[in-house]
Amino acid sequence: MMLAEAPPLARNVIDIRAATKVYGMGDIQVHALRGVSLAVERGDYVAIMGASGSGKSTLMNIIGCLDAPTEGEYYLDGADVNALGDSELADIRNRGIGFVFQSFNLIPRTSALANVELPLMYAGMKKAQRRERALAALEALGLADRVDHHPNELSGGQQQRVAIARAIVTSPAIVLADEPTGALDSVSSTEVLRIFDQLNQFGRTVIVITHEQEVADHAKRVVRLHDGSIYDDVRRAAVIGPPPMAPGRVA
Amino acid sequence: MNLEGLRIALGGIVANKLRSGLTMLGIMIGVASVIVLVAVGAGSAAASRQRLEALGSNTLTISTGGFGFGNRGGTQSRVIRIEDSDVVALSDKVEAPSVKLVAPIVAANSIAAVYDGASTTPQQFQGTNEALFSIRNYKVESGVAFSDADVVAHAKVAVIGLTVAKNLLGDNADANTLIGSEVRFGNANLTVIGILKPKGTNGTQDQDNIVLAPLTTVRDLISGSGTSVSQVIVQATNRKATDSAQTEVLNILLSRKAGSTSTSFLVLNQASLLQTQDANNRTFTVLLGAVAAISLLVGGIGVMNIMLVTVTERTREIGIRKAIGARRSDVLGQFLTEAVLLTMLGGLLGVAAGLIGSRYTIVDVKPVVEPYSVFLAFGVAVAVGLFFGIYPANRAAQLRPIDALRYE
Repeated sequence: MMLAEAPPLARNVIDIRAATKVYGMGDIQVHALRGVSLAVERGDYVAIMGASGSGKSTLMNIIGCLDAPTEGEYYLDGADVNALGDSELADIRNRGIGFVFQSFNLIPRTSALANVELPLMYAGMKKAQRRERALAALEALGLADRVDHHPNELSGGQQQRVAIARAIVTSPAIVLADEPTGALDSVSSTEVLRIFDQLNQFGRTVIVITHEQEVADHAKRVVRLHDGSIYDDVRRAAVIGPPPMAPGRVA
Repeated sequence: MNLEGLRIALGGIVANKLRSGLTMLGIMIGVASVIVLVAVGAGSAAASRQRLEALGSNTLTISTGGFGFGNRGGTQSRVIRIEDSDVVALSDKVEAPSVKLVAPIVAANSIAAVYDGASTTPQQFQGTNEALFSIRNYKVESGVAFSDADVVAHAKVAVIGLTVAKNLLGDNADANTLIGSEVRFGNANLTVIGILKPKGTNGTQDQDNIVLAPLTTVRDLISGSGTSVSQVIVQATNRKATDSAQTEVLNILLSRKAGSTSTSFLVLNQASLLQTQDANNRTFTVLLGAVAAISLLVGGIGVMNIMLVTVTERTREIGIRKAIGARRSDVLGQFLTEAVLLTMLGGLLGVAAGLIGSRYTIVDVKPVVEPYSVFLAFGVAVAVGLFFGIYPANRAAQLRPIDALRYE
């Protein structure tokens, strides 16, 4: 089923080399990233941690091709992102990366189904096929009975699950989550984290930005940022194999 | 996109019903006013054309010296007068092939009509022949017109306009009772044999305040007019032939009148008068259309304004769309479609309002809807949406996804 299909390819799906990011000009320059190098293998589950202002959001934006580094290189699946044009970046965001945001970011006044269909529409897929895939994704996340609800008719947990369905519906290699449990209660949080575990188990690369230790506990590798640099990088489980908190795993 | 994009755009419009409605109202008023004002212009052009044509189209009015005053006194050494023989010469089919009908007119001024104690002075009292009725489109509503035989016979008959009849009988009387009665004109009694069908006013003159009588009869009334005529009305075979008829008539007159030059005769060409009038009306219509076009432009600025607000308001949505793979062209298309849809709906409503508005008489003008104005107004409205939609849509498309997502 769809959670299972992830494309196999280059070993390092993400390869960032000496990336810096400077905001502002002249005297008031803010160095959000001071030369970060990060390589992520396919199938890994990485938590990027850090206090606010550590540069973790900037890093996530760069990984997600929402923003470009001031200096440094970024290879995504072997392709030099800096060399890509606007529409190619749009294609990467569409098919290569699935985003999950803290505030869900569903499009208001639009049904759950239409929200999930949207990336497929931008990918140019036909209506009938789109519908089928979007329904399957929603079903896989236990939302089969909520497809026609608008975001404001759904609970936070449900909204986040719709957002996850939208993120994975194009079968991206990477799922990129920014504080995915930040706006959820503990029950919904557990549910969402279980979904991420599952996604990773099925071979998808998962990168989670968080400041919560419980979230990081689910990752196979924890990278800590401080003042725009990586100061700690711990592997907690092998790249190949289930994530540490996956159900049924013998600790 | 296509249908999909249309649905999304429609969703955007429906999401803010009042705002979209007011924006559409601006376009609607613009389109409707273009259609109505052009229709009013066209209607007034048609009306004035009709008035001129009522005088008889493709006609020439020829006189000597001052128009309408007949001949001047005998102080000049050589007074050029158009005589009966000239009138006959003008009817020559060989010399003047473009001339269809010729009617001489002898005008008598200030001749009072008296009937049963009532008295009136008709604005026009003209002696003529049978041809004038056809040239000037005079229809005899009741009774009969006089014939050329009456002209030869100096028949004491007259055909009068409705205003003259009413002035003699009173406003509420039946003008037909006058038929067969003798009315005194100056020092002669003429029997009324016909009442003209009313023509109304031509803008400056009541065309029904007129008395027509046989040429010879009128000559008998005014002493000393000899065989000359005040004017000659010539009808060309068709409108296109009016100019050649004018040349032919002038050539005949010049060859017949010793010592005359082309300035001796005054020729009033109805066709060229119509042309001038048409040109004026066109200018008038274009002016009205331009005024309306400005309101359409203002409506367009309203569209731009509202689209800018919409883009700002939906910055976050644009960010989300970009984050999940929308290209610039997708975002551009979405907002452009919304702007064009807005003006198209407004335009359609405007066309409907314009067509309805044109059914009413506006400042005494019956509007005539010009099909081109409908297409033009609607087309311009859509173009306005496209033009004024481009800037806001482009602004949306150029937003960097990260900035758009951060926007609160």
